[in-house]
Amino acid sequence: MNGRRAFLGAAAALGGVAVAPGLLLFEPARAEGVSSEVRWGMLVDTTRCVEGCTACVSACNKENGLSGGTRPTDSQWIRKIELREKTIGRTLSLPVMCQHCAEPPCVDVCPTGASFKRADGIVLVDRHICIGCRYCMMACPYKARSFVHQPLTDQKPDVPRGQGCVESCTLCVQRVDRGAQPACVEACKAEGREALLFGDLNDPQSAIARRMREAGAKQIRADLQLDTGVRYQGI
Amino acid sequence: MREIEGRSRGWWALFALAAALLAAMLGAWHLMETRGHIVSGMDNQVVWGLPHVFAVFLILAASGVLNVASVASAFGKHFYKPLAPLSGWLAIVLLAGGLAVLGLDLGRSDRLIVAMTHFNFKSIFAWNMFLYSGFFAIVALYLWTLLDRSVGRHATLAGRAAFVWRLVLTTGTGSIFGFLIARDAYASALLAPTFIVLSIAYGMAIYLLALIGACAGTGRPLGREVIGRIGGLLGWFVLAALYFVAVFHLTNLYLAKQAGVERFLLLDGGVYTRLFWVGQVLLGSVLPLVILWSPATRGRRGAAALAASLVVLGGLAQMYVTVIGAQAWPLDLFPGYEAHSSFFDGVLHPYAPSLPEAALALGGIAIALLGALLGVKFLRLLPASLADEALDPGDGAH
Amino acid sequence: MRSLAALALLALLVLPAGVTAGVDKPVLAPAKGEKCIAPPEVMRREHPDMLKHQRDLTVHQGVRGAKVNLEQCVECHASKQSGSVAATKQDFCESCHAYAGVKIDCFECHASRGEKK
Repeated sequence: MNGRRAFLGAAAALGGVAVAPGLLLFEPARAEGVSSEVRWGMLVDTTRCVEGCTACVSACNKENGLSGGTRPTDSQWIRKIELREKTIGRTLSLPVMCQHCAEPPCVDVCPTGASFKRADGIVLVDRHICIGCRYCMMACPYKARSFVHQPLTDQKPDVPRGQGCVESCTLCVQRVDRGAQPACVEACKAEGREALLFGDLNDPQSAIARRMREAGAKQIRADLQLDTGVRYQGI
Repeated sequence: MREIEGRSRGWWALFALAAALLAAMLGAWHLMETRGHIVSGMDNQVVWGLPHVFAVFLILAASGVLNVASVASAFGKHFYKPLAPLSGWLAIVLLAGGLAVLGLDLGRSDRLIVAMTHFNFKSIFAWNMFLYSGFFAIVALYLWTLLDRSVGRHATLAGRAAFVWRLVLTTGTGSIFGFLIARDAYASALLAPTFIVLSIAYGMAIYLLALIGACAGTGRPLGREVIGRIGGLLGWFVLAALYFVAVFHLTNLYLAKQAGVERFLLLDGGVYTRLFWVGQVLLGSVLPLVILWSPATRGRRGAAALAASLVVLGGLAQMYVTVIGAQAWPLDLFPGYEAHSSFFDGVLHPYAPSLPEAALALGGIAIALLGALLGVKFLRLLPASLADEALDPGDGAH
Repeated sequence: MRSLAALALLALLVLPAGVTAGVDKPVLAPAKGEKCIAPPEVMRREHPDMLKHQRDLTVHQGVRGAKVNLEQCVECHASKQSGSVAATKQDFCESCHAYAGVKIDCFECHASRGEKK
């Protein structure tokens, strides 16, 4: 334990010297893995969402190294959907990303187990064993997944992604694991809207749990009973 | 039972064609490996394209072509015994062709070993790895009992095992789609039995074509009895397939929630609607039925070949509608709302196959054809004569 | 005849040397920092298994900041010229792998350069 702490200390110092200030290269150590005591979730208050605002999308693209393109083959981990109710004409705007279901169909259908749910509820793709069959993309009810159609360079070191594998919103797992918030949540806050709230669904005292108890929240395609980690208010 | 000479111009012409298509397939695969799937017409909306249409067709045909042998061994109809070896061999090569297309279309086809060593048993795909490789093994064993007299007494057992295995396999293939709750055009328990019936129709059509082609090319006599019986059976399965498709769509039409996708597929889906009514129903089902069952044309080689070809084309049309049509229809995340976004929510998803994709898809057929050509040349798959007199009508004529 | 056969056999034995004569030996530029997480002999042999074992712990269990950390490897071993460990044949990972004839898969997905400054 001691030798390891010393190494970590030295490495942190080296990291600080080698890298320009302001960049957090080195993640704090976490010896044990994550557990199911925590269940990460997100609450979207669609009444605060504004048509035409794409702060969450831009932040996601920047954080995860996505191109931001909108060709049919470009990856989009989060998108704003503009809705218009057919009979009455009510409009609303909201972001949709991987819903991090507790019963994810994408995890069920993946032949190699590359699509998996982490103990703390985040649904991820292990790109080491993803064979690129795209069955999970067929299975996802939310069209959350994208496939990388071209060779990639210039990936973010924190966010490995590559040609031939499937990917989707990771709830910014690289941030969450060092105690920070997903990029979209921070960006929405920076815009002054605070439509996105991230937190631990298992903690009854967390802000997200309290807000859901006060105002209620719904799942998209609730009839599928997938118990999503992302819930919406105002739909 | 004799090998064919395999030195005719026809054999070499087909061999050259198949080899050329195979070369194109490998070239296309190399292109996809280096440049990525961007060279295909597939995107994040239509993720499975023409290669999958052909692959599923070939896999279904592989399972169904074994039916001729099953009737002989599993159901004990001696009349069909000389027809069994070709049926078994075609099953193997058709499956090889279909799986090759699937494997080469993977985003990371260099990871096939990963696919064979990491299994998530909740996934029907994982089960399919075993079902498909097991199919090769069981059919190979079965072929051995058919070709080697010393183990011939095991043919019935092997045939029955192959029959059961292939029912499970085709159920698995249908369930690939049937298990998907997300899509309006899938999510039905009916898809598995539908695929079983489809597989037999496609398989018997291909068997007829192979048999007629091989006998014509080698001058082997082919009597009306064989064609009449197989053609008659094919007709029954085409009818059964039509029944399943009808029940599927009628049920969907009854459900308000499914009205959108049904209207799309059956009425205003453009290419999908045309492929369904003209390709699948008219040319692929009704017309072949008329040809196969009409007393004037029953048992005639040319008519049977035409009917079988129509079934095959109709089957490809059916697979196109099933695989791609279902993806063209957008997911409905917010029922009752019109949606639009940068990620193509709420709009129909256009799709057009590219040349590399087509090469990949046709390569599957090339592999099956190559396998068939080599098989009849080096194995004793074809009886010397299939004239009416040469066959045993013992088990109750039709 | 026998001398001809012997000559042919000799040629076959010598040929591989001729073929490999053009391959450059690996260029192992000194990395930043005092030392690696293990001695070179250990790293040379064990690094595939170390990476493979740790990747499962990190990806599936969320274990972070372990001794084996690909980002850290890249930070220390990135070439001064290209800033990468696998961009050119002189870069750390690529030079050894090119010599050994083993294609590196990691950098299809992982960044081979440190965080951009």
